[in-house]
Amino acid sequence: MNPRIFDKLKTLAEAAKFDVSCASSGTTRENLGKGLGSTSGWGICHSFTEDGRCVSLLKIMLTNHCIYDCAYCANRRSNDIPRSTFSVSELVELTIEFYRRNYIEGLFLSSGIVRNADYTMERMVRVAKDLRLVQRYNGYIHLKSIPGASRELITEAGLYADRLSCNIEMPSEESLKLIAPDKNFQSIYRPMHYIQQGFLQGAEEKKKYRHAPRFAPAGQSTQMIIGATPDDDRKILTLADSLYQRPAMKRVYYSGYIPINTYDTRLPALTAPPMVRENRLYQADWLMRFYQFKVDEIVDTAYPNLDLEIDPKLAWALRHPEAFPVNINTADYEMILRVPGIGVKSAQLIVSSRRYGRLTSENLKKIGVVIKRAKFFITCNELPGLTVQETGPEYIRKALTAPKKKKTDDRQLVIDFNE
Amino acid sequence: MLYFIYDKTFEGLLTCVFDAFFRKEFPQRIVGENVQLPLFSESFRVITDDTKSERVLNALRKKISKSALQMLFVTYLSELEGIEIVLFRYIQKALTSETCIEMNFADADVLELSKVYKKVTREEENIRQFVRFQKTADGMFFAVMEPVHNVLPLTAKFFKTRYADQQWIIYDIRRKYGLFYDLNTVETVHFERLDISPETGKLSPEKLDEYELAFQNMWKDYLKAVTIHQRRNLKLQKQHLPVRFWKYLTEKQS
Repeated sequence: MNPRIFDKLKTLAEAAKFDVSCASSGTTRENLGKGLGSTSGWGICHSFTEDGRCVSLLKIMLTNHCIYDCAYCANRRSNDIPRSTFSVSELVELTIEFYRRNYIEGLFLSSGIVRNADYTMERMVRVAKDLRLVQRYNGYIHLKSIPGASRELITEAGLYADRLSCNIEMPSEESLKLIAPDKNFQSIYRPMHYIQQGFLQGAEEKKKYRHAPRFAPAGQSTQMIIGATPDDDRKILTLADSLYQRPAMKRVYYSGYIPINTYDTRLPALTAPPMVRENRLYQADWLMRFYQFKVDEIVDTAYPNLDLEIDPKLAWALRHPEAFPVNINTADYEMILRVPGIGVKSAQLIVSSRRYGRLTSENLKKIGVVIKRAKFFITCNELPGLTVQETGPEYIRKALTAPKKKKTDDRQLVIDFNE
Repeated sequence: MLYFIYDKTFEGLLTCVFDAFFRKEFPQRIVGENVQLPLFSESFRVITDDTKSERVLNALRKKISKSALQMLFVTYLSELEGIEIVLFRYIQKALTSETCIEMNFADADVLELSKVYKKVTREEENIRQFVRFQKTADGMFFAVMEPVHNVLPLTAKFFKTRYADQQWIIYDIRRKYGLFYDLNTVETVHFERLDISPETGKLSPEKLDEYELAFQNMWKDYLKAVTIHQRRNLKLQKQHLPVRFWKYLTEKQS
């Protein structure tokens, strides 16, 4: 074993760490022969780093040399950092050995751009090809597609990878041009479009021929940086929504901007990444994907930014008190989903349990509903308490955002010295 | 108060159900052998009988779905104290009820079992997540675990398909048995003596493959390298990676 592999691993893992995606879900790849590895539905997280993020895939770069000079990126051309490059065989060996020890669920390969997009993409595809064809590896492979890569290479990548991704980086083209002058929306949308076409074509052929090769069965994902430019949440979520309309798009990731290149004056001077805003964006994303919310219900021209104090579902409920209280025993599933404090699982349990009898708040509590929030928005088989109709939305906002009081022991004598 | 005493097998529990219906006496508690019974309690010793348990199973098959039956077995593996009587009441309700009770989560026993089921399958997932194999000098992949619930049998199929081309052993230190895959089938094994470090679960270096320690170090380095220090959140890490697993995790050992 090459002793330099330790340094390469450290440098190139460090270079790849800002990519958010680590999902190993969305596809099934059975191990039919005596090969290595399997991939099943949900994905598995194998470890968690000190920042609390999951480690499911070996997230690594093929090289951190790059000809581009994007302002937000640690690997930009003008940064003076150690650079190295993996050979294809080194990376294949590392993946296989980590996989055999149950450290990882698969490989997430990304790369800095050397020479040109196609040259880089070709080397990445070779890693995936070696893993699948030479090592007979059935684990997960996520390949980043390089902006500006050709259709042929993307098509080949799709044959070996489970998921392809192409990062859109910024919520608007002006921001992208300002911060990453070498990139434009066209160079990003084009590979995205190739992936989508390949995905649809693969699905079509699968219908006709059982053994037709699958094309990136877990679809594609993308990522944008939040808080590096003045774009508002409405812009971000509208873009995300339009991306989700595309058939192969499975996930849009939001990455709170982390100030790395503090010397670059095009970027805002932040002391900490905008974690709360990032969290609210993910909550809004979930509302669009699992709670049947439309994007203009979450943000509109009157409220272009998400409320940082309360989550977007509660914010919607407080803006629309006329929709509440919801009767748990008779309301539609769609309406129960909209009650703050009731999640998808609780809503499903409610709908299936209420066929056996009327539900009380005691039942709801046991099912897992957060009564503290939900009580203002529901009626069940009891005398109704104070709901949003009686209290008004402002009271609820105060009640739910009030800081927790410190517990005092009232058996203890407190002497007031009037200080 | 009526106690049933049984031999801590799933068949034994099903026999309890048969005997209860046969005797028209329903227990308040079901306990294993060698349990100190309280004063003034009646007890009945259930002798496990395969024909009886098979009859209960057949009756259940007519009343509940396959997945619910699987759930009964999985929750039984939780080995939680008092889980027997919850299972007993669930089976009793399933057999006597006119309608299917599976989805009635307003019923305390149904809800309780669904919660225990979640716990056990969560533990099973934890095994899949946190098993760390060490490659031995003879090419075997070896790992130890201490799961709270007896979930090793549930993971056998998963590891068998995933690592079909390598021999492996996963050993449950708490229950003193393990699964061994010999490239064809998975069998249970029991070792009288286990030559591992009690603190880390690692084999001694001379028994390991020559590159094993290198890969362990690479894994530790890798995890350090992918941490974003600006986002440090140790509480979140503990939430996802419970401290009770740290003992045998390569990346948490110095």
